Amino acid sequence: MYGGGNVFEATKFDDLQTEDPAKLAEFEARIARGEKIEPNDWMPQLYRKQLIRMIEQHAHSEIIGALPEGTWITRAPGFRRKMAQMAKVQDEVGHAQLLYSAAETLGKTREQMLTDLINGKSKYSNVFNYPAFTWADSNIISWLIDAGAIVNQMANAKGSYGPYSRALERICAEEAFHLKYGHDAVVHMATGSPKQREMIQAALNRWWPPIMTFFGPSDKMSTHTETLMRWKVKMASNDECRQQFLDMYVPKIWELGLTVPDPNLKKNMETGQWEYTEPDWDEFKRVINGDGPCNAERLAVRRTAEERGAWVRRALLNPKAKYVKPLA
Amino acid sequence: MNELAIKDLLYKLADDQLILGHRNSEWTGFGPILEEDIAFSSMAQDKIGHSLAFYTLLQELGEADPDTVAFTRNANQFHNNQLVELPNGEYDFSLIRHFLYDNAEIIRFEMLSQSSYEPIAKVATKLKGEVKYHVLHANTWIKNLGTSTEEAILRLQSSLNEAIPYALGMFEPSKYEQELIEAGVYPGEEAVKAEWLKRIQAVLEKTDLKLPDFATVEPKMGGRYGEHTEHLQPLLDEMAEVFKIDPTAEW
Repeated sequence: MYGGGNVFEATKFDDLQTEDPAKLAEFEARIARGEKIEPNDWMPQLYRKQLIRMIEQHAHSEIIGALPEGTWITRAPGFRRKMAQMAKVQDEVGHAQLLYSAAETLGKTREQMLTDLINGKSKYSNVFNYPAFTWADSNIISWLIDAGAIVNQMANAKGSYGPYSRALERICAEEAFHLKYGHDAVVHMATGSPKQREMIQAALNRWWPPIMTFFGPSDKMSTHTETLMRWKVKMASNDECRQQFLDMYVPKIWELGLTVPDPNLKKNMETGQWEYTEPDWDEFKRVINGDGPCNAERLAVRRTAEERGAWVRRALLNPKAKYVKPLA
Repeated sequence: MNELAIKDLLYKLADDQLILGHRNSEWTGFGPILEEDIAFSSMAQDKIGHSLAFYTLLQELGEADPDTVAFTRNANQFHNNQLVELPNGEYDFSLIRHFLYDNAEIIRFEMLSQSSYEPIAKVATKLKGEVKYHVLHANTWIKNLGTSTEEAILRLQSSLNEAIPYALGMFEPSKYEQELIEAGVYPGEEAVKAEWLKRIQAVLEKTDLKLPDFATVEPKMGGRYGEHTEHLQPLLDEMAEVFKIDPTAEW
């Protein structure tokens, strides 16, 4: 589950000065023709670097994203939800596996990526630094965060890097089930007992601000991404994704009799654009930089898991084996 | 056929799978490698699904619906063996438990697929195909890690020693044991145990692990009669935390 948006460093003109102009032109022509770039093809260093960064952040978002929902597996009410919640969270871990493999084709190992995650060097989707207080929070994540992720990932599936785009196609197919599961769970809560309705509205109120930041800062404040858009690394702007999400899901939320906690939220019929209270981007930056309600806890869990599992990985290492990049 | 004896057997089968499925699911997000995270989560789904199949048979015999049975009983009403309720511990303990338990469970399912009691035979026939993969997973990992580093072997051996008394408790006879055997429902726990021993020994022989001498081991019995360790009730409380907010609600 990944909303993208906040991952790119500004690209500098200098970054491309060292590249062979003929190769660069051919590379750009291939992308313009809609061809996919494969692991052993020539690519500019900047392309490789930004892709590793993006795919790695996506992979981290999947395993960290498994934590807030994962805590509700053992508490899910009834067999139907218990089995679905397990399958859903397992899918997310499976996505991480696929994505780490896709990133490995660009030359960074899974072990290195996980080390960077634990050390706080690489980021993951900011929403997972917020807690899932109740079962209803977990339902809101399954529905709306997965919905947001689909909007972003469907766009990126059309991107230029072959292994990432193929992984995303598979991931989106699974996320579509998560969305149905999440929606079904929210419908049961929203049409259930007064207590259930109260729980789901409270969860929506808690999650709305993080959801609004899920696609990253507004385009007017984002760093320049023209080169990355031309290379089909970034496929849609943050605001485009946010607008598409609001268009698809706000009516569905209202349909359930739930209230969106933003008095300014409305669709401007003339422009066709949604208007809303600007999210608190200062908080967003603070949380991304480590000062959110759950940053420390999420990383501590991951670190503990890595430390406790280290002996297994050591035992599996065969000194005679040679490292090979995965097939993609 | 004595219906109480059949129900007793079904509760034992269902509760074992539910509780171990629940424990396995606690590995989601915490596995030593992603592949094992996913594997334990997969087995958890199978096992919870198996428990549902057995609770459904119980419902057909007049017991309450599966959700009520699974989510509202107290520990002293559970018939699972004590091995499955123990906390996951480190990966070595979870793996050893998985190895000891699933090698027994598949034998029970194989025997039950020949049962004179047709509803169980049908379900067991279907489920043993899934448990086969759980056994394959356990045996592969025990063989791999059990011949790897000194550290891994020491850890596994220590977990094996710790788990064996509880594992022997899996074969605690029910009060209807003789009846079930005579009616051809299945050959009983002693028969399961004898075959289990052969199979786990065959795997352990290919490793640097040694089965403790059973003469020196006191089996942990009582689970089949509702006696449990202090770990089961907290597990059940957690499992029912949301369900009990409103047991009549549809979640």
